[in-house]
Amino acid sequence: MAADKAKIARQFIASIPHAQMLGMQIEEIDDGYARIIMPYHARLVGDPQTGVIHGGAVSALMDTCGGAAVMSHPAAPGGTATIDLRIDYMRAATPGDTIVAEARCTHITRNVAFVRATAVDDDKDNPVATATGAFSVEGT
Amino acid sequence: MARRPRPEPVQQVKQRRDAALNALAGGVPYIQTLGLQFDRRGDELTGILPFKDDLIGNPILPAIHGGVTAAFLEMTAIITLSYQWLWEDVESGAILVEELERGELPRLPKTIDFTVDYLRSGLPRDAYARARVTRSGRRYSSVMVEAWQDNRDRPFAMATAHFLMPRRDG
Repeated sequence: MAADKAKIARQFIASIPHAQMLGMQIEEIDDGYARIIMPYHARLVGDPQTGVIHGGAVSALMDTCGGAAVMSHPAAPGGTATIDLRIDYMRAATPGDTIVAEARCTHITRNVAFVRATAVDDDKDNPVATATGAFSVEGT
Repeated sequence: MARRPRPEPVQQVKQRRDAALNALAGGVPYIQTLGLQFDRRGDELTGILPFKDDLIGNPILPAIHGGVTAAFLEMTAIITLSYQWLWEDVESGAILVEELERGELPRLPKTIDFTVDYLRSGLPRDAYARARVTRSGRRYSSVMVEAWQDNRDRPFAMATAHFLMPRRDG
């Protein structure tokens, strides 16, 4: 059962046009946890002088990863939508590095799922950004 | 009786203000990736996000990706804040049009944090956003931003953000 859920969530995320546009790749998704990577690309740049990726692209990655974590939770019957998301930007991501986002669904009720997420680049010990969010829990 | 100086030709005013906006938004690759545009009326900016298929985040509904919405809001906030921050220097001539047209600009504000509320699902059609700078400080600024589609009074997303401001004299 859990494996099926993970598979469905994986297929759903992989079919999102915008996730494809930003080059997101699912690494792991299971049991309320998701890890999605976004390789560096020139079209994601927010500051042409430094080549640093735009915060908005990191937001999109965190949002997708959070949604994936919710969908893969054993207690989630089906789809989800973001209710709110707060992102703290700790530092600029190093140009050229792949961004790795990890999200975990920390609590889930019949209606709401709570998520925490972190994004890192090659320097794994210093997060680029962290996020907390609430997601809706929707029926199948 | 002292004569008032003649007002500047309108073309000159527009050229200067458009150059400032262009210098801020024109060179950002991610703005082009999303296809974002800005409409300027005096010092008021409106972000415009023309719909296209690769902005979809939920193919079943379909709905605009929450990340696109967040990026759209954040971009509108940061460009509006920067534009307002530069306004006086651009108007007074402290920053020259030629510099702007060459893309020479002071550094942009950095996002400290960004909180977005999703109020409705983003429909597959064009979206608009306007930001209001609620506090403009020497080091930090706060901005509120709202996005809507068909009806200005029914926003589909709103956000508040804090920014670290660049130093004035570099």
